[in-house]
Amino acid sequence: MVIGATSWSLTPGDEDALRRGMERLLQECSAHSALLVDRGGQLLVQAGERPSFDPTTFATLTAADFSANDQLARLLGASDFSSLFHQGERESMLLSDVAQRAILVVLFDARTTLGLVRLRLRPAVEELSGIVAAMTARDAVRGASRPAILAGAEDEIDRLFQ
Amino acid sequence: MSMINYASREINCKLVYYGPGLGGKTTNLEHVYRKVAPSTRGKLISLATETERTLFFDFLPVDLGTIRGFKTRFHLYTVPGQVYYNASRKLILKGVDGVVFVADSQIDRMEANQESMQNLYDNMAEYGYDLTKMPFVIQYNKRDLPTAAPIAELQQLLNPGWEVAEADRQRLSPDPYHAGEYLTSQLATGEWIERATHFEAVAVTGDGVFDTLKAISKLVLKTLS
Repeated sequence: MVIGATSWSLTPGDEDALRRGMERLLQECSAHSALLVDRGGQLLVQAGERPSFDPTTFATLTAADFSANDQLARLLGASDFSSLFHQGERESMLLSDVAQRAILVVLFDARTTLGLVRLRLRPAVEELSGIVAAMTARDAVRGASRPAILAGAEDEIDRLFQ
Repeated sequence: MSMINYASREINCKLVYYGPGLGGKTTNLEHVYRKVAPSTRGKLISLATETERTLFFDFLPVDLGTIRGFKTRFHLYTVPGQVYYNASRKLILKGVDGVVFVADSQIDRMEANQESMQNLYDNMAEYGYDLTKMPFVIQYNKRDLPTAAPIAELQQLLNPGWEVAEADRQRLSPDPYHAGEYLTSQLATGEWIERATHFEAVAVTGDGVFDTLKAISKLVLKTLS
């Protein structure tokens, strides 16, 4: 059976490279945590302080927020909003598109400023976009020949649902 | 769009419950939320209006178990059924791995069912997804109501089948959930067609809810095997 949507595969090497880029950004701008979320709502990587909220739910809402704003941008005649800023009383977040496949979310508080986070975000997004683009290209080359991760596991799948 | 994380050994898949307004999509998720162990599910998030109509989506993450050392995690979404929320509906389909169409069995909801089914095909096509080649099941909900249409009539209107052009797939394929019925079969005209698996349900009491979820999850996992 052919699946309609393209799939991600995240290797330990990908995760390391993405996390290193995100941790460097956090150090440079004194933000406390960052999450990389795929445009469909799945959490890819989390870096920095472990958030007190449920990251799965957060990732879903982030993707929905970003997608809804994309559509708003189109209604306004722009192709998209490449970044979004939400300001809270104590906590704020800056979201940025990464290679049109993912969203980088940076969470920060009064220990830093929006200006500094924005300034450091741009090179970090470029670096992460390069990694994500390479992952996309790799998955595209593997395409249909990608090894089926559950090959031969039909019985195990059946048992899961008994 | 399944996401396979080799680092944390997780497979994440996205399921979307689609269908007309007030058909029971949210009720399906609420039943799953109530019945699965809290340790295997996350929070149920509802972006709804003050009258509890789904405005954007409902979301529930559920762990279904481990296969080949990979934790299988399914993200269940509903879409807003009301016609004028199409922009939100389309956004939720992005990256979908499997679709459950929740039809309202009541006779007077047939037009709404058909309109929603057409809208599903259209929105999927706009993303370049082919529903006939993806995990897809239909749930006929509200079977307990006296105004429910017969299953045969619902099947004819909402699940008439799509043509099977590939010669190697033109063979009888039994429906594993309905003895004596076939998912792929040949019409009297000689044309081969394939239908989606269907389930009967009463989502408010939970009847058929897990049968539907298990079937669609299994179809999605089998795309990885």
